[in-house]
Amino acid sequence: MEILGLYNYVVFAVLLMVGLYCILARTNIVKSIIGLSIFQSAVFLLYISMDKVDGGTAPIIQPGAPADTIYANPLPQVLILTAIVVGISTTALALAVAVRIKEAYGTIEEDKIQEMDREL
Amino acid sequence: MTLYDQLPALVIAVLLFTAPITYMMRLHGFPWAVATLSVVTAFIISCSLAATVFNGETIIYEMGGWSAPYGIALHIDALSALMAMLITGASSAALIFGARSLADEVGEETAPAFFSAWQLCTAGLVGMVITGDAFNIFVFMEISSLSTYVLVSAGPDRRALIATYRYIVMGTIGATFYLIGVGFLYMVTGTLNTADLAARVGATENIRLVLVAAGFISVGLAVKAAVFPMHQWMPRAYTYAPNAVTVFIAAASTKVALYVLIRVDYAIFQNSIANHDIQLTLFLVPLGVLALFAGSLLAIYEKNLKTLLAYSSVSQIGYIALGIAMTSVAGLTGAIVHMFNHGLIKGGMFMAVACLAIRYRSVNIANLAGAGRAMPWTMAAFVIGGLGLIGVPLTPGFISKWYLVLAALEKGGAGAFLIAIILVSSLLAVIYVWKVIEVAYFKAPRANAVPVTQEAPLSMLIPTWIVVLLGIWFSIDTRMPVGMASRAAEILLGVK
Amino acid sequence: MTIVFSLFLLSMLVLVAVAVLRTDNLFTAVMLSGVFSLIMAANFFVLDAADVALTEAVIGAGISTVLFLGALALTSEQDRSPPVGSWVPLLTSSALGGVIIYAVMQAPRLGDPNAIVHMHVAPWYLEKTPELIDVPNVVTAVLASFRGYDTLGEVFVVFIACIGVMSLLGRVRPRRETISEETFSKQSRNLRHHLIPRVVGKMLIPFIVLFGLYVQFHGDFGPGGGFQAGALVAAGIILYALLEGDTRARQLVPEWFSSVLVALGAFTYASVGVACMVMGGRFLDYSVLDPHDAIHGQHLGILLVEAGVGMTVAGVMITIFHAFARRGIR
Repeated sequence: MEILGLYNYVVFAVLLMVGLYCILARTNIVKSIIGLSIFQSAVFLLYISMDKVDGGTAPIIQPGAPADTIYANPLPQVLILTAIVVGISTTALALAVAVRIKEAYGTIEEDKIQEMDREL
Repeated sequence: MTLYDQLPALVIAVLLFTAPITYMMRLHGFPWAVATLSVVTAFIISCSLAATVFNGETIIYEMGGWSAPYGIALHIDALSALMAMLITGASSAALIFGARSLADEVGEETAPAFFSAWQLCTAGLVGMVITGDAFNIFVFMEISSLSTYVLVSAGPDRRALIATYRYIVMGTIGATFYLIGVGFLYMVTGTLNTADLAARVGATENIRLVLVAAGFISVGLAVKAAVFPMHQWMPRAYTYAPNAVTVFIAAASTKVALYVLIRVDYAIFQNSIANHDIQLTLFLVPLGVLALFAGSLLAIYEKNLKTLLAYSSVSQIGYIALGIAMTSVAGLTGAIVHMFNHGLIKGGMFMAVACLAIRYRSVNIANLAGAGRAMPWTMAAFVIGGLGLIGVPLTPGFISKWYLVLAALEKGGAGAFLIAIILVSSLLAVIYVWKVIEVAYFKAPRANAVPVTQEAPLSMLIPTWIVVLLGIWFSIDTRMPVGMASRAAEILLGVK
Repeated sequence: MTIVFSLFLLSMLVLVAVAVLRTDNLFTAVMLSGVFSLIMAANFFVLDAADVALTEAVIGAGISTVLFLGALALTSEQDRSPPVGSWVPLLTSSALGGVIIYAVMQAPRLGDPNAIVHMHVAPWYLEKTPELIDVPNVVTAVLASFRGYDTLGEVFVVFIACIGVMSLLGRVRPRRETISEETFSKQSRNLRHHLIPRVVGKMLIPFIVLFGLYVQFHGDFGPGGGFQAGALVAAGIILYALLEGDTRARQLVPEWFSSVLVALGAFTYASVGVACMVMGGRFLDYSVLDPHDAIHGQHLGILLVEAGVGMTVAGVMITIFHAFARRGIR
């Protein structure tokens, strides 16, 4: 049962590994950006796993609710709302750069781009 | 609440309030004007803040009226104010200097977006140094990073694009590592405010999480600070960015990441993890030494002047890392003073390079033959900067090295080894500075080279010389930088 | 029951991520990453994070997928990476994973009510929000008021993304020969000749936009707020653009309008902060906005800043989509 309680965090570790591997090992720029997006999403899982409380519900205090309702922790949710938006902004910028690279170099494979730059 | 009390919030609010206005300006020259005005205002405000905290006071300003740790509080002490002055000063200088060269390199169409991004970059960097909340640092880190990506990608050469892409990837990995570290710290303490974290981290039993958090935060910030070997993104980003942008980011952006490292490390980890000073030394000293050598060696073999200066920055950051690793007042003072001085030196040198570029249309060293005769004032500014890199007395670089040597002497045997390394790396700096001097002063221009007869335009030459002279002044009258740095070191180490 | 469900979802996450890694066709990879975001959103819902689930679903599964597809249309669909030669990436990733698992062994188990995370700041928020701000959704209260400075930073991050994409993929260069409007419309890709998507899509769009507005104003009382609302409204407009073509979408929501929205939203947020300073309080201290009733001031402040956020996010998403869409038209 112990490992089950920590399963979320193990999945977080695995997703981080997969994301990082995708960024480092693939030379296609768009694929690396997808990996970057997965890498960032893994961190969301870490924070949100922290917010769960047994028997709790979403932290919305209904006006007539009993006084001893258990709520989930609101703070990690606020942090991750910010992080999601930061993630999409980074992705959008990276994709715009990728499109410009394709127009300038004719390819989005990093190894070919390095060759073309070396010839200069 | 008087205007004076509101200054901490104003320094950010001015920049954020005017950035959307800049974006909507379509008239020629207006974006630059609005951006420069707001950045100079921010500079004046940071100088005023610095004057307040000069004597060791700390300003705490609660955003939204909520006290920490429930709200976000700004926390300004000597170190923050010094960094804020450096950032806003470098930004203003680069903007005023760059009016001409930016008009050259950045088109009329993208000017509103470009200058708006410039303001936001300044806001992000200043936001990082004045806040007292660990997650807030992340948000402003991303503001400054994203706007830096926009600024760098505006470079005219197509290699600016691939340099931006690599910078995006490495920068995001670094920022995400920082976020993971903060997540682990939050998991063991339940708070995000730096002062509160410092108080609570020691009480936890989950020491593994704290250790790994320290590791992630340090590595993430090291990537952002371009500490060897995570410096890969820096040389190309500096080279292909527009010249005025390089002046700004070389002076300010990596120093801010080092600032956060110092802050988080000394404030949070030093009193909680046993033997953390030894861990820090083991982590930073090898990297610092490698940076010193690798940076200088790579600089010696470079053909592009901007790339040469970028690798030189990698080695100078090694000095700062060594100073941080020494965990003594002298060492930290040396590191902080060098952050400030190196900003002045490299800012001035990159300004000189921009002046050369506007006349020679190239930054390849071979093409700059004869620059000493054709543009004597520009080259003289460059040479003084180079002397600063080597550490000759009367230049800013000397003071920082002096403090580092003092700190090394305190360490005894290992210290002697460090002093030897500092001396050897200074000699290496002589080699690469001499390389440029030789071509500029002692080689004749090639027969088919573009003839250059004019000195750089005054609008660019005057700011360059102001920065160089400021550097010389601060190395003679060291009260301000050294005073604030040693006050900061004392606060950080808890010595009073 | 919930345990089984959440275990299943988590394992699916890993499988989908590995599938993204291994596929060679980028279109497949993008679709799988959309699925990844959707499963992540479901996961958040199981973990009682309603606001975040909504945001991840709209932004991660919706907007992000569209942006990737837009970029794919402009680049290429095949991943021609050579088979991985060096072992450095594998070593780095495994080391990373190993370090985390080592650390996490000591983490409090999922849902433990006595974990330190739930001890300090969180109970204060849950207790004091009805008293100080009187807004049922605690997440909105923390986001817009207690930690409003963070959210200000975040709005500007989105603003920078817009600036960046516009400066990179900016205005279309004026063409030498003037193309007739008809040829231009023919060249811009759309789904006008597919009947079913058109009919169904056009029925859905008003509901999507309406739901977006609902989420905006109801964000105080239920899951929602500016980010989700802005992204939803943008999603509605983007759906219209996908169905009818970029030209008509730009007639519906003109360029200048979305640019103004972007700048106006960020400006509104910063102005609320400055207005608070002018009225004698700290930056972003909404209580001073209404001198007689602090709670009413808080409500006013939250309404204004959430509106600012919604405007900026909607404007940015629409602008970025148009920037990608227009680049492909020769």
